[in-house]
Amino acid sequence: MATKKAAPKKPAVKKPAAKKPSSRSTTKKAATRKKSPQNQPNVPAFSADEDLEAYKVMLTIRRFEEKAGQMYGMGLIGGFCHLYIGQEAVVVGVQMASEEGDQMITGYRDHGHMIAMGLDPRGVMAELTGREGGLSRGKGGSMHMFSTEKHFYGGHGIVGAQVSLGTGLAFANRYYDNGNVSFVYFGDGAANQGQVYESFNMAELWELPVVYVIENNQYAMGTAISRASAQTDLSKRGVSFNIPGEQVDGMDVRAVRDAAARAAKSCRDGNGPFILEMNTYRYRGHSMSDPAKYRAREEVNRMREEHDPIEQVKARLLKSKTVNEAGLKEIDAEVRAIVTDAANFAQESPEPDASELWTDIIEEVSA
Amino acid sequence: MSVEILMPALSPTMEEGTLAKWLVKEGDEVRSGDLIAEIETDKATMELEAVDEGRIGKLVVAEGTENVPVNDLIAVLLQEGEDSTSISSAPQEKSAAPQAAPSEDASPDDAEPVAGPGAVAAIIAPDPDIPEGTAMASITVREALRDAMAEEMRSDDTVFVMGEEVAEYQGAYKVTQGLLEEFGSRRVVDTPITEHGFAGLASGAAMAGLKPIVEFMTFNFAMQAIDHIINSAAKTRYMSGGQMACPIVFRGPNGAAARVGAQHSQDYSSWYAQVPGLKVVAPYSAADAKGLLKAAIRDPNPVVFLENEILYGRTFDVPEIDDWVLPIGKARVMREGADVTIVSFSMGLTYALDAADQLAEEGIMAEVIDLRSLRPLDIDTIIASVQKTNRLVVVEEMWPICGIGSEIAAQVQEKAFDHLDAPILRVSGKDVPMPYAANLEKLALPSAPEVVAAVKSVTYR
Ligand SMILES: Cc1ncc(C[n+]2csc(CCOP(=O)(O)OP(=O)(O)O)c2C)c(N)n1
Ligand SMILES: [Mg+2]
Repeated sequence: MATKKAAPKKPAVKKPAAKKPSSRSTTKKAATRKKSPQNQPNVPAFSADEDLEAYKVMLTIRRFEEKAGQMYGMGLIGGFCHLYIGQEAVVVGVQMASEEGDQMITGYRDHGHMIAMGLDPRGVMAELTGREGGLSRGKGGSMHMFSTEKHFYGGHGIVGAQVSLGTGLAFANRYYDNGNVSFVYFGDGAANQGQVYESFNMAELWELPVVYVIENNQYAMGTAISRASAQTDLSKRGVSFNIPGEQVDGMDVRAVRDAAARAAKSCRDGNGPFILEMNTYRYRGHSMSDPAKYRAREEVNRMREEHDPIEQVKARLLKSKTVNEAGLKEIDAEVRAIVTDAANFAQESPEPDASELWTDIIEEVSA
Repeated sequence: MSVEILMPALSPTMEEGTLAKWLVKEGDEVRSGDLIAEIETDKATMELEAVDEGRIGKLVVAEGTENVPVNDLIAVLLQEGEDSTSISSAPQEKSAAPQAAPSEDASPDDAEPVAGPGAVAAIIAPDPDIPEGTAMASITVREALRDAMAEEMRSDDTVFVMGEEVAEYQGAYKVTQGLLEEFGSRRVVDTPITEHGFAGLASGAAMAGLKPIVEFMTFNFAMQAIDHIINSAAKTRYMSGGQMACPIVFRGPNGAAARVGAQHSQDYSSWYAQVPGLKVVAPYSAADAKGLLKAAIRDPNPVVFLENEILYGRTFDVPEIDDWVLPIGKARVMREGADVTIVSFSMGLTYALDAADQLAEEGIMAEVIDLRSLRPLDIDTIIASVQKTNRLVVVEEMWPICGIGSEIAAQVQEKAFDHLDAPILRVSGKDVPMPYAANLEKLALPSAPEVVAAVKSVTYR
């Protein structure tokens, strides 16, 4: 592959339209949001259909995760189980901006990504229970799931690993010249791993079509972003590599879709990587047994009451009379039925056969 | 249809808890996410969140009730249009064990409290390092490790702790609990998630004369940092012609936890044990954990200190001796016997000791040796035992290929070939990545019955 041409240089760091004020001090409270959906004038509107679609998928993710939490409480799911509740708009908005063949890769907080990509919730839930019907046939678990069919590359338990892997997916896109984009999701905590910056450099150097979607949910386990990051404006983390970055209201699915579409277009136009910092929030603990003493209950409540991604769309749907209360109830029932079916499947599917212990380790090559 | 709220489990091992407090009363409306109760387990106070929306129809279990089994009905939630008469109607949707949101002193995060405290029953042979008549305190491995660090930090200002979540969160597995409070943020340092960076930084600080204790949240994440452990810490003394030292401890849980899958369940014992310039310690009991960690902190060399998450909560007797320090590189005979030698370390001892109990019932007396240190390896103690029993089984949780058992087998046949009456057998984890499924995970790990079978094979029974 050719190295970067010296001549036509894209503009250096773009100043995005809807940018947060940049005066962030290091003492900033992690969840102080400077931008609420109400005072964000430039969000491109969604059609009624788009709102409806986003609503259904986000609700499915929410209900799926609530069910997973319950099943963990009943001992049906083991180990670590990281719920995506609160962050639904990020993956749904990005998915709405993606095209057939685009890849996605993320960390261990991955259930929502698979549901947004259209994978059967049964397969996801059965993987959580470690059963034969799971996406990895019970061998991967909550943190390790993949789908070659849907171009979902995992599901990674090692913080930061997905960033260089996802950059490699973009390398392949560039190599094949297939016009696809790789969407690489990682957290505010992962953003401090060294391989992130090694990847940034290569991605820009070789103009790889990769959108780095930083899901800044304000905490890495118990560490608020300001306690771990010298530069808390994560959209600026590509500055020294000349990678453009934008901060996005990750609780507003319209803003997410819009930013992701522009970033992906820039990639497809051959301009190299793009960074999107999605400001979002996780409502639950880091994983199922996190006491979450590092933040006030009021902080969580305020985010839920004022910024909930699903409630925002719901309000728009009602206001535009796209659906009425009865219509919403129907959707809710539909979604609950899907989730209940997945949960039942995940409990009825048998454990993998004992012989599976020894399969899929290596592909035998005949001499 | 009304929804039953069930007693939730905080971890896969929780079986019962105390319903400490109701935060709602009958008739209250709740929304998904509202707190409804506080539940105590042996380790934590958890807040319960409602999952479904509705009105509290009945609080079935009274506040203050102890030993409520997981999955027992604790309350009934009425859905729209229902009144309390629907409560008695028999078949209800049995779904909603609410979210368990632990609120106090839960163990870890990314750290499920895997095994409860459970005292460890019989350690047969008295520890020759403990003078007779010494008073004993019953403490967990977790506390022993913390005490070791605190004592060394009190006596030497150059000792400091660094790692992810070690300070404000009190440790992902609560091993550093209380250290921030006593020693402050100069000496108990929370890092970003950047293992390669802080392992290198700490190694540099050690070269400059400080004595860092680097906590890896687990050794799985030390793979990000292994270059500094080996290339920077282990080789500096040699490459500098003896001028420069790197006195540092790399510690954290190693090996399989429970149900966390392939990337979070690996035992690195033999990886580090292979490296000249390192010392490697892997204790089993709380007394050894304390005495050896203190020795590791004082050691002028880099020490890799391999703990085990499942052992953290186990309780053992620890001598109440001022400054309890044990020598690195000495194995310990845990149980005496003349028929077979079983060598193990760390979590492997649980299988070895279990098996020894079962074998004793059948009249086969096993001598059980806890290696405690993997480098240097106390081969003399093993050979002395094999000279007596003429049979050897090595038990370890890690993969079999190029394991600690492989090394012991090689050395014993080199040094004591004539004393062997049977081939040396290894009982180990299976040669596969750790599966997530509960049944497969069980099969992937070694077990006491496998140890018993190996012993019977070498004793020709
Ligand atoms: C290399 C590595 N170090 C540490 C961990 C333990 N760990 C798992 S998740 C996590 C926090 C990550 O936070 P963030 O990147 O913000 O993602 P979030 O969990 O908020 O989605 C940590 C420290 C790990 N899995 N891998
Ligand atoms: Mg985060």
